[in-house]
Amino acid sequence: MRATDVKNPDYFHRVIDCQWACPAHTPVPEYIRRIAQGDYQGAYLINWKSNVFPGILGRTCDRPCEPACRRGRLEEQPVAICRLKRVAADLKDDIAGLLPKAPRDKNGKRVACVGAGPASLTVARDLAAIGYEVVVFDSDSRAGGMMRSQIPKFRLPDEVIDEEVGYALSTGATFVAARRIASLRALIAEGYDAIFVGCGAPHGRDLAIPGRGEAARNVRIGIEWLASVFFGHTHTIGRRVVVLGGGNTAMDCCRSARRLGGEEVKVVVRSGYAEMKASAWEKEDAVHEGVEILNWLVPKAFTHEAGKLTGVTFERVRPVKDEHGRRQLVAAGEPDVQIPCDDVLIAVGQENAFPWIEADLGIKLNRSGYPAIDPTTFASSLPGVFFGGDAAFGPKNIITAVAHGHEAAISIDAFCHGRSLRDRPPPMTNLVSQKMGLHEWSYDHAITLDRRHVVPQVERAAALRNLRTEVELGFSLEQALGEARRCLNCDVQTVFSAPACIECDACVDICPIDCISFVPNAPEDEVRRSLNAPAVNLDQPILVSEPVKSLKVMVKDEDLCLHCGLCADRCPTGAWDMEKYTIEMAQAGHPCRSKQPTIS
Amino acid sequence: MTFQGKPKFRHPSIPTNTLGFTRRDYEGSMSTLCAGCGHDSITAAIVHACFELALPPHRVAKLSGIGCSSKTPTYMLGQSHGFNSVHGRMPSVLTGAYLANRELAYLGVSGDGDTASIGLGQFCHVMRRGVRMVYIVENNGVYGLTKGQFSATADRGSKSKKGARAADEPIDLAALAIQLGATFVARSFSGDKGQLVPLLKAAFGHRGAAFIDVISPCVTFNNHEGSTKSYDYVREHNIAVSALDFITGREPIEIDYAEGAALAVTMHDGATIHLRKLDAEHDFSDRAAALTLLERCRETGEIPTGLLYLDDDVEELHDTLGTTARPLNALTEAELCPGAKALEAINRGLR
Ligand SMILES: Cc1cc2nc3c(=O)[nH]c(=O)nc-3n(C[C@H](O)[C@H](O)[C@H](O)COP(=O)(O)OP(=O)(O)OC[C@H]3O[C@@H](n4cnc5c(N)ncnc54)[C@H](O)[C@@H]3O)c2cc1C
Ligand SMILES: Cc1ncc(C[n+]2csc(CCOP(=O)(O)OP(=O)(O)O)c2C)c(N)n1
Ligand code: SF4
Ligand code: SF4
Ligand code: SF4
Ligand SMILES: [Mg+2]
Repeated sequence: MRATDVKNPDYFHRVIDCQWACPAHTPVPEYIRRIAQGDYQGAYLINWKSNVFPGILGRTCDRPCEPACRRGRLEEQPVAICRLKRVAADLKDDIAGLLPKAPRDKNGKRVACVGAGPASLTVARDLAAIGYEVVVFDSDSRAGGMMRSQIPKFRLPDEVIDEEVGYALSTGATFVAARRIASLRALIAEGYDAIFVGCGAPHGRDLAIPGRGEAARNVRIGIEWLASVFFGHTHTIGRRVVVLGGGNTAMDCCRSARRLGGEEVKVVVRSGYAEMKASAWEKEDAVHEGVEILNWLVPKAFTHEAGKLTGVTFERVRPVKDEHGRRQLVAAGEPDVQIPCDDVLIAVGQENAFPWIEADLGIKLNRSGYPAIDPTTFASSLPGVFFGGDAAFGPKNIITAVAHGHEAAISIDAFCHGRSLRDRPPPMTNLVSQKMGLHEWSYDHAITLDRRHVVPQVERAAALRNLRTEVELGFSLEQALGEARRCLNCDVQTVFSAPACIECDACVDICPIDCISFVPNAPEDEVRRSLNAPAVNLDQPILVSEPVKSLKVMVKDEDLCLHCGLCADRCPTGAWDMEKYTIEMAQAGHPCRSKQPTIS
Repeated sequence: MTFQGKPKFRHPSIPTNTLGFTRRDYEGSMSTLCAGCGHDSITAAIVHACFELALPPHRVAKLSGIGCSSKTPTYMLGQSHGFNSVHGRMPSVLTGAYLANRELAYLGVSGDGDTASIGLGQFCHVMRRGVRMVYIVENNGVYGLTKGQFSATADRGSKSKKGARAADEPIDLAALAIQLGATFVARSFSGDKGQLVPLLKAAFGHRGAAFIDVISPCVTFNNHEGSTKSYDYVREHNIAVSALDFITGREPIEIDYAEGAALAVTMHDGATIHLRKLDAEHDFSDRAAALTLLERCRETGEIPTGLLYLDDDVEELHDTLGTTARPLNALTEAELCPGAKALEAINRGLR
């Protein structure tokens, strides 16, 4: 094998599993360390720079970082990364004064954002801060998009949205409330230099099965119903409620229904429990609140009497694998199941809808009939018109919308200055030794055996009494510090220098996880097999050195390294060093990207 | 010194032995030796060997004298019996322990100062008596603990860190052990676990005095240009005269080298040593040949490693003394103090 090129910014980035998995590449271990040091401000700002909505995401993020967390491969549970974000948001002081402000001299470019969801707000924040005049339109009277209109208040209180939407707009963008953009042509005619479409995926899928029309009064589309609950148009629901669907929306529907008078609330899903789209913790929370989840049932008809819904008929199915190994549902051949109920909420998916975009504007469509968007630049085929968030590739989540927003802002900046959209600015990286003394390191390298701390919740009865009572209380300081210590500091890299190594084996002997081996060089699959502990996780890189004196190579399997620093501590020659790798993804702005002022 | 303990996390695929232990269960506390000391590698090799042999940790006794090397029993076998004795006096304490209880596996850990200087007399006698043990000298050519003075194994002409020349004739502990009647004698290098671990396993399987002289660089005081015990020097001058696999009776025998090239020696308990001669001339069962080999290498400046001499037809200490097979602590008071009549009988026999 060739020696690993650690100069490639991706190499050490990949080792930071959480940051690599985060769509916005939030520097997770760095902010967790700041929390442990009591620097909540710093922790918050690091988050704010990357993901714009730390307090919101600390409560609602889909947290792709957590399944990626290295700790989850060493014991059952990853670090509670998401809830630590909330700790930073909860414990910080007033940070308003620390945020960037729009420069006095504007750059003369005007950008319009359609919709005020997380994608648009990110574009607006990034561009206004560097001198753009940004106008954000939303048909709603308040900014926030689905974060405000869909996510129930018991998961995400309004104050948190107000605060962070406020910060995003505080860099100088203008929010125009209650203005629905009815025509893209007309908007273009207003003379903007670029337009960002962040209108989300607002269309809830319906179920065209018998009885749908007759029972219409008591059969509602989930996201429309959630919005009407938010806008105060809906205050009650029947005693027996059936929610159709197994995703996030279904979970929010059933839990909201429990708070509006639903006593017997059943979520009925086509798939099995494990295959449901909702996250494990959402299902647990729903079940904890007395919601029943029924699986392997496909809705066949709504039953009704005198124009009133009486229940739903389901066919029982079971999964089989087809010849391509794909799962298919086939009738189980058992009698149908009838579930009587007073109301039904349909939560079987969302779709994009662009009734306000004229077909003859020249925006090319893809096979599904939606605008074809470049996944790197977020440009549509119409120069100057960019898409992001759910509007770009269908419904995802907040953190993805934010990540799209940053990239679209870079593209808009490039577009407005006549630069190629393909030239993506590189990230800022830095690698600094953490050695403080002979056996002293500037990070807390001791490994705690603490198991994941559980976030305390309000008592169930109290939670169900009020739609606005936030269920999660957030970590106490003590729990937060315990949880923060579980982080393995995966950004503190083990950096190896072959010429310094005297092959004493001290590192090999001390490594608690048997990560390090000195072996004869060979092709990668052979090398992986020849190590002291075979490197079987192919998703994880191995670090291969230049040959040492004996002509063997040092190979370190990154997979389970604890970043405990013992290898470097026991190395007599400093051939190993623990070095902190900082990587900040580029954001729209300064032409010399690495000289961009940082706010952390 | 490293202040942090070794984290309890271990690799999920770490193997277990027949006792259900992993290698980590044979470790001791965190080493306080200099980072990079050869002694730590020997510790790791001992841990490997005991794990692979599935020795019950509570059936092992580790004994040592004084020195950096003699500190290492603390860093291995945390659940075994241990005795850190006085400088150079480990052999007599070990002999006493062995007399009292022959059922334990005895591991004597010593340094070149502890053995070849202050403890030379004790070393000679413990070898002569055929005490069943594994005696390891972690040989760095200096007194590491007292800051690097030459020991009696420093080669004549080699240089100290400050440039002083070793003027005296060195003691070759392996040659001495052969002369004095040790029945398993080997030399190895701390930087070669592939060789050392099987040697240690075979030594534990040997029913007499097994001695291994392990060259173990002192990274702080004897790892410079001019030293003959540095990592670089030993790597350059090391010639392996044999390679060995130790196979306990329980394991299936899988040998991947050519038929005929290997010599199988069956040990008293059914285990087998498979020896591959890398030096075709050498006869492992011939004391004179072993001594000649050592002498020849001394002249050429080479360091012969591997098993040098083996005699498995052993008469060990308990055989010669006819002592009780049961540990003293398992005897009843009546057996231990048979009374005046028994004493009288003994005295009569001596008249
Ligand atoms: C019930 C539910 C729960 C969810 N829970 C979570 C969660 O816990 N965590 C998570 O990460 N994600 C969650 N999501 C997904 C998340 O809300 C979205 O992925 C995210 O908000 C998408 O952001 P966006 O910026 O693309 O647009 P959106 O947030 O959808 O915002 C689009 C905005 O554009 C406005 N708009 C649309 N058309 C026009 C127009 N023509 N003119 C003017 N304004 C217009 C809309 O009013 C809306 O305010 C949930 C979604 C739903 C439905
Ligand atoms: C009776 C006695 N004399 C002298 C000493 C001082 N002393 C301590 S360790 C040591 C030499 C140890 O050398 P070695 O056995 O080679 O061990 P190393 O530290 O090199 O591993 C000496 C002379 C002592 N502790 N006790
Ligand atoms: S930091 Fe070094 S010693 Fe610790 S687990 Fe990683 S490779 Fe092993
Ligand atoms: S501890 Fe240092 S010098 Fe020794 S083998 Fe490891 S990297 Fe090489
Ligand atoms: S002084 Fe030498 S022998 Fe002692 S611990 Fe340090 S390196 Fe090892
Ligand atoms: Mg010594």
